[in-house]
Amino acid sequence: MTARSERRVLDEAGGARAMTAVMGVMVFLTVLAAALGLATARARGGLDRQLAGRLTVQLVDGDAPARAAAAAAVLAALRRLPEVARAEPVPAAELRRLLAPWLGAEAGDADLPLPAMIDVDLSDPGAAATATARVAAVVRARAPGARIDAQGAAMAPVGRFMASLVWLAALLVALMAGATAAVVVLAARAGLDQHRATIEVMHMLGSTDRQVARLFQRRLALDAGIGGGVGAVAGIAAATLVGGELAGLGSELAAGARLAAADWLLLAAVPAAFTLLAIVSARVAITRTLGRRL
Amino acid sequence: MTVVQFENVGLRYGTGAETLSDVSFSLRPGGFYFLTGASGAGKTSLLKLLYLDRRPSRGVIRLFGEDAVILPRDRLPGFRRRIGVVFQDFRLVPHLSAWDNVALPLRIAGHPEEEIDQPVREMLAWVGLADRAASRPATLSGGEQQRIAIARAVIARPEILVADEPTGNVDPDMADRLLQLFEALNKLGTTVVIATHDFQLIGRVPAATMMRLDRGRLLDPTGALRHPPGASA
Repeated sequence: MTARSERRVLDEAGGARAMTAVMGVMVFLTVLAAALGLATARARGGLDRQLAGRLTVQLVDGDAPARAAAAAAVLAALRRLPEVARAEPVPAAELRRLLAPWLGAEAGDADLPLPAMIDVDLSDPGAAATATARVAAVVRARAPGARIDAQGAAMAPVGRFMASLVWLAALLVALMAGATAAVVVLAARAGLDQHRATIEVMHMLGSTDRQVARLFQRRLALDAGIGGGVGAVAGIAAATLVGGELAGLGSELAAGARLAAADWLLLAAVPAAFTLLAIVSARVAITRTLGRRL
Repeated sequence: MTVVQFENVGLRYGTGAETLSDVSFSLRPGGFYFLTGASGAGKTSLLKLLYLDRRPSRGVIRLFGEDAVILPRDRLPGFRRRIGVVFQDFRLVPHLSAWDNVALPLRIAGHPEEEIDQPVREMLAWVGLADRAASRPATLSGGEQQRIAIARAVIARPEILVADEPTGNVDPDMADRLLQLFEALNKLGTTVVIATHDFQLIGRVPAATMMRLDRGRLLDPTGALRHPPGASA
């Protein structure tokens, strides 16, 4: 049968258009969940790249001149290391600014003993473990009481939280796909019941199950395509809006959550993937149901 | 050579009594058969077995030389395309026009659209409904629907034509015309099986073989139905 004649065999009047709305909602939610997952994955990647090769050396000697001397010696030694790309002391004014939220006006007290801190960027973040051990050895040779903190370790709970969000988004996408398949199966079965008489006639005239399935596939694919297209446009618009607001926050972490071109392409592919899913689900449901009849 | 062979066929719906019992007969290719019997005798049930709408509860049915009882489901469409059926209740597709209903078997068989137009037009003209081609079944009378059902059954030139009361809703003139159509098809080699109560109709085809069902059993006192002259299984 040609596509045109196939379209005429099933009564197109009313009924099944609810499927278009359902698909629209499903694809809208899926695009949002996928955008959340992709943006979080991007942000996590950026955070990892930023923190992977960064260390903070902290000298807490109570004697200020001795602390300053040790800091200078450590800084000089670090700058000579090939594993270190950059070593900069954190200015006292910056330390006081960081402490201000906790200590208030007291943070500006010149008598307040502040540790000497040095920010270190490693040359190769990929070999951070070896380089950190080397840095620790050099630092402790000059200041045995010094603390060396990897910034990545400090932010590990944030990274784990973001990873959980990514997995949650993936789970939501999978659940949405499963729910869509279930809705399509129900719609296909309802369609078979609604058109039972026509299908029986077609079978008696020699129609194959594949021919019957194709009638429903075509119809469901059209509903899924239209609904999915509208849902995807709405979802992408919402993701763009939220992305713009995130960028406006001025947060480095939020800025890292910006979607790349590949991510937008992936989101745009969601309606096509769901239409394909609808076609396959309809085909399986219909051929299985028909297989139980003679 | 037989085109259809029934051997001790029984049919039971659910757990009820047998609707057909020990039915045995053979149909020759190109034969013309009338199936008669009182209402409830099992005519429609026997036809359902013939056009593969049901499988028998017991016995053997051979169609075109193959065992139809164990025929895999995916081979049924190929067999059904060789059998034209006129259903008692017409079973026209309600939202399709008369033209599309008649064209349906050709489309299902995969004929290209350009090869469909002419035979459909000719068939509609033959059953006297050329001017109702665009009408939907609901707007046609019972007789007109029956003629569309007949046109649909014969358009693909089936090897077997099975018709359940095909002239029940038409006037005598149209009944004659339809019978001529069946005879013309029969002359082209189609085996025709018509279930009917109409003895006048039966009388118009003297060469036809009559099969009589009585309470689910086929009456065959001479054994001619089981072993038709000039036919070997």
